[in-house]
Amino acid sequence: MTYIGSSVKRVEDKRFITGQGNYTDDIVLPQMTYACMVRSPHAHAEIVSVDIAHAEQMDGVVKIFTGKDTDAAGIGGVPCGWQVDFKNGDTMKEPPHPLLVSDKARHAGDAVAMVIAETYAQAKDAAEMVMVEYNVLPAVTNAKVARADGAPQVHADVPNNLAFDWELGNPREEVDAAIAAAHHVTTLEFINQRVICNAIEPRSAIGHFDTAYDKYTLYTSTQNPHLIRLLLCAFVLGLPEHKVRVVGPDVGGGFGSKIFHYTEEALVIWGSNQIKRPIKWTAERRESFMTDAAGRDHITTAKMAFDKDGNVLALSADTYANMGAYLSTFAPAVPTYLHGTLLQGLYTTPLINVSVDAVFTNTTAVDAYRGAGRPEATYLLERLMDTAALEMGRDPAELRLQNFIAPFDGVEQEGYQTQVALQYDSGNYEPVLKRGLEMVGYEQFRADQKAAEGTGKLLGIGFSTYIEACGIAPSAVVGALGARAGLFESAQVQVHPTGKVSVYSGSHSHGQGHETSFAQVVADKMGIPMEDVEIIHGDSDAVAFGMGTYGSRSLAVGGSAIVKSIEKVLEKGAKIAAHLLEASVDDLDYAEGKWTVRGTDKSVAFGDVSLTAYVPHNYPEGLEPGLDFSSFYDPANFTYPFGCHICIVEIDTETGEVKIKRFIAVDDVGNVINPMIVDGQIHGGLAQGIGQAFCEGAIYDESGQLINGTYMDYVMPRADDLPSFEIDRTVTPCPHNPLGVKGAGEAGCIGSTPAVVNAVMDALKGYGIHDVEMPITSQKVWNIIHGS
Amino acid sequence: MVPSKFAYHRPSTVKEAIELLAAHGDDSKILSGGHSLVPVLKLRLNDPEHIIDVSGIESMGGIRDNEKSITIGANATHGEIANNAALKAHAPMIAHAASMIGDVQVRNFGTIGGSIAHADPAADWPAVLLAADANVVLSHAGGQREVDIDQFFKGLFMTAMDEEEIITAIRIPKTAFNKNSTYVKFPQPASRFALVGCAAAIANSDGYITEARVAFSGVSGTPFRDSNVEKSLKGSVLNEGSIATATASVADGVSILSDHFAKENYRKHMAGVYARKALSALA
Repeated sequence: MTYIGSSVKRVEDKRFITGQGNYTDDIVLPQMTYACMVRSPHAHAEIVSVDIAHAEQMDGVVKIFTGKDTDAAGIGGVPCGWQVDFKNGDTMKEPPHPLLVSDKARHAGDAVAMVIAETYAQAKDAAEMVMVEYNVLPAVTNAKVARADGAPQVHADVPNNLAFDWELGNPREEVDAAIAAAHHVTTLEFINQRVICNAIEPRSAIGHFDTAYDKYTLYTSTQNPHLIRLLLCAFVLGLPEHKVRVVGPDVGGGFGSKIFHYTEEALVIWGSNQIKRPIKWTAERRESFMTDAAGRDHITTAKMAFDKDGNVLALSADTYANMGAYLSTFAPAVPTYLHGTLLQGLYTTPLINVSVDAVFTNTTAVDAYRGAGRPEATYLLERLMDTAALEMGRDPAELRLQNFIAPFDGVEQEGYQTQVALQYDSGNYEPVLKRGLEMVGYEQFRADQKAAEGTGKLLGIGFSTYIEACGIAPSAVVGALGARAGLFESAQVQVHPTGKVSVYSGSHSHGQGHETSFAQVVADKMGIPMEDVEIIHGDSDAVAFGMGTYGSRSLAVGGSAIVKSIEKVLEKGAKIAAHLLEASVDDLDYAEGKWTVRGTDKSVAFGDVSLTAYVPHNYPEGLEPGLDFSSFYDPANFTYPFGCHICIVEIDTETGEVKIKRFIAVDDVGNVINPMIVDGQIHGGLAQGIGQAFCEGAIYDESGQLINGTYMDYVMPRADDLPSFEIDRTVTPCPHNPLGVKGAGEAGCIGSTPAVVNAVMDALKGYGIHDVEMPITSQKVWNIIHGS
Repeated sequence: MVPSKFAYHRPSTVKEAIELLAAHGDDSKILSGGHSLVPVLKLRLNDPEHIIDVSGIESMGGIRDNEKSITIGANATHGEIANNAALKAHAPMIAHAASMIGDVQVRNFGTIGGSIAHADPAADWPAVLLAADANVVLSHAGGQREVDIDQFFKGLFMTAMDEEEIITAIRIPKTAFNKNSTYVKFPQPASRFALVGCAAAIANSDGYITEARVAFSGVSGTPFRDSNVEKSLKGSVLNEGSIATATASVADGVSILSDHFAKENYRKHMAGVYARKALSALA
């Protein structure tokens, strides 16, 4: 049987396509109540008073909690899960993130009170009647501005709003000296704008305290139920972990925004014990815009230095990273260990220094969003590379080829040690670019581009050759870098007496298709039909432990844990089979679901062995009954997918309208289990990456209001904005995990954005500009062309 | 997103609807397809105590092909309009514009009456109806009146309707200019409403333009016909030269909208470009 490598249709799609998915908001519990949050309309305002007297008396209202109640209960707020200390060793500034604010609101949408009623409509009506008196303060939304003296202070005890500063790489003086002495230096100042994740399912949480068992259950739209349980128990509410069950049922997209532990989760759990009834809260779309952790939001100055032959000599990067009003769960890691560590890219740059200021502002928290730090790193490097080629009169493809790291497989040749802490596992970079050039027909394109001159249409081509660090991560390594959690994964493979198999995975699927691709792995490795395998995930009472799904880690880490358990199952199965066949284990071969005595036709089927394991009448002496194993897998390294994205755009010079004519993506994600699912992940990632370049971007006004917080104003990419993608792959297996896989969830989003912007800049190269701020609207392009 | 509490009425005749409107006045809102009103209710930008749902009033539905005009019931959906054979034949820009509104689901619910009553200046209908020389049929307790479309749109979300009136139909005259008409749109990328929507309708005699109607949505707070463009075209032959001359100063003297998708200067420029596109399609 060869399920691995074939495009098996997704088994989960039946329930999703037929409307039978079970999302948190679909769950209705007996006696359930509904919560509506009273949220600050102001980005920065002292709370003078909160009057609930009238609201409390309204129809259906069960209870109203304010910040005074959570303060009185001694709840400190939700914690940050990653500590990055200052350059000088000072501890990261980590002001509390209260469940309900009692002193002041620090961003528009900060929750002031939770109104609980018999219906949501009643809760909403009463929430409107909670009278909050605010003393509105000046707000700051831009990280660079927030850093300046005299800027509004988001937290009283965080001077200049600096959460921490950080640097990595070679000594700055050495890097600066190399840049100063270089033949050519390309400098870019740019903004990697804030984007809002916009999962199609708004966040939702139900808290249920069961008085019969003194047990809490939290249903929540999360990417990692066990992590939420750990944070709730160990940090927020001090609950006994064995008395808390967290379920992440079907989840309608996360893109990172559902990794984090949110205040509403703690509020409904805590509140359910106060009122002894279940509480459901589901975000309205406007609340999602205002309270889901956002992505990106970097302001960067970067320099890349070259010798006269075009060899990269040094790179420096200085970034203001907007943290928002509070430190979200993994926020400190994003601009640092997920960004700075990727600045080697695919290039042999001998000197690199990156420095980051992480800054509080009066905006919604920023955290990991598809790619998380790596898209920002790729944008930085790849914009520099194309700009440098333009400035030096070099071909951007050739300039890259000249500076690529030579191939290494991580087995015969050692992994590549970067200047920024990471050691790449395996890589072969030329083929992805060369394949991309072949697909695009590069010479012909340059001829077409020339021919188009003077026709009112400008053609442009943009390149991006990227690397990412996925399969996060070796626990000891991330621990040394400040993570407050291990990043292993667990899996249990439970063989039933009839030979059917239940697999309990600590990964969490919210669109990635684990129920299919994991089952393909299990069926192949065990030699049984896929139909005999069930993948179970998302429930802390069913799955022993898990670290969840993000950072393109599920197959590389979670899949490897499954493989470990399968190996244990087959090892024990062989002992039982040997007993039944009256042979030695060493003389058995396992293939196609049966153990055979080598060189004979004597065999025993997997189902007979599993039955024997549970009906152990004729059984090896001393062997335990049962066939059921758990494993924990802690990866030896990150995995390093890479690839080449090429975009071709056509610009109408009269209107500034930009059309993507072609988009080519050649990705290397290691071995591929299900090509169709990988293609789908790439397509979705490309749409999001292109969306950042052309469509998306949070816009705040002076007072800190998000002015495009609805789908009437916030532009999401649509199918008709996108071309039919042309994609291909090379395969460089990961040398350090048993499946040889690297991860595919974020690649499309990481590589694509700079390719698009580079293509626009190539088309506009006659206008003497070096950057255009994303999202690239036709207005901005028209301004460039018409010099206004 | 749930609206505030309201009482729901579903009259089956126009008379009944008008009575309800008279009884509840300021505290009521008319609901038809709900694609303008429901978002407003859900965002709680308005919280009327009474909703008068006119979608069950049979006489307000359908599209009737009369001898000299086509009467579009106020409850006709954009989808019905987009697919109507008489409109496609006699006023192609009407059917075409309808096909560019929202997506299939929106077109199957949203109605022309609801849209123009809401009077969003960036909606597609205003430009098209202005170019079509449409009449809006308004019913009130004493009977009905017809308002020339040129007098209907009064400003941002403002119309010539009295508080106690209901739009019951829109009448499109069967004219030579409507037979030769088109609509083009530069959409706002999020909402796909018009940053610039231009409708053009041209009647010719012996190759010379006898009547030209060119109107814009999205460009200004009040949808408008550009009389300079129309005057410039009248009497000339529609060709590249006359189009260039006529569209050189589109929207001159008009107060132009500005937002982060299209500032004033760019929007004015694009109004000219899209006017040219519309007229070129008729040349």
